Amino acid sequence: MKETAYWTWFIIAALVIFVIAGLHMVVMHLPMFGVFNPESGAVTDWGNVAFRSKNQFLAFTYIILLGAVLYHGFYGLRTIVFELGPKKSFQDGFTVILWIVGLVLFGIGTYAAIAAKALETAL
Amino acid sequence: MANKQFDNHLGIVGWLGGGRWGVERYLYILQRLTGLGLLLFFMMHIFASSVRICGPESWAAAMKILKNPVLKLGEFCVFVLFSFHALNGIRLILIELGLAVGKAEEPVYPYKSSLNNQRPLMVIAMVLVAIIIIAGGYNTIFGSH
Repeated sequence: MKETAYWTWFIIAALVIFVIAGLHMVVMHLPMFGVFNPESGAVTDWGNVAFRSKNQFLAFTYIILLGAVLYHGFYGLRTIVFELGPKKSFQDGFTVILWIVGLVLFGIGTYAAIAAKALETAL
Repeated sequence: MANKQFDNHLGIVGWLGGGRWGVERYLYILQRLTGLGLLLFFMMHIFASSVRICGPESWAAAMKILKNPVLKLGEFCVFVLFSFHALNGIRLILIELGLAVGKAEEPVYPYKSSLNNQRPLMVIAMVLVAIIIIAGGYNTIFGSH
């Protein structure tokens, strides 16, 4: 039952990623649409980066995306590793390590999204 | 590689080998390989994009490194991996939920495989992947980014 719940969240995370990362890809790789890139230069020019960092909607969606990608990616990695048939003790330890690494990376990414917003507002 | 306890346990060889399965099986393997590649990239991307909190000078220095042609090619490869993983993933979810496998039928010879029902969806997904990759590739080669 617990594994079914994990899998259901894995699929929900996939759909969240499809929408938000899809938007991210349009913003970063299809700039001809001009979404969230008000300056005329490259999407990675500081003016465009600063504009996106200040945007509350993008900061919020990036934090959601961060959590969804980490969960989806680490659950996928866990599934692949478990299919190789490791011992139960290894499975338990591996799951704990993935949770710790995932939470640390989520903390770093969330801090960056919030700090960048505060930094840009202060400038 | 075979495990004595489980005769059908083939380990990494079984995981990689598609055997006599159709193209959908190989797309499933690619789905996992692209997923692992994207996960590796994403972990690095968290640190790379966090550089912006250090200010415009640090950001410009980081972007100068990332404008290296090899890294630009790598960036495009990530876009390719994402496009494939996303659209093939939607295809897999539809099949997992039983929305693209056709109705259950009596097993009358000559048998029809449910793969026959899945194939049009696979073709549509791969055509969309190709269109998105071409659009992203055009931007990588001719765009300012």
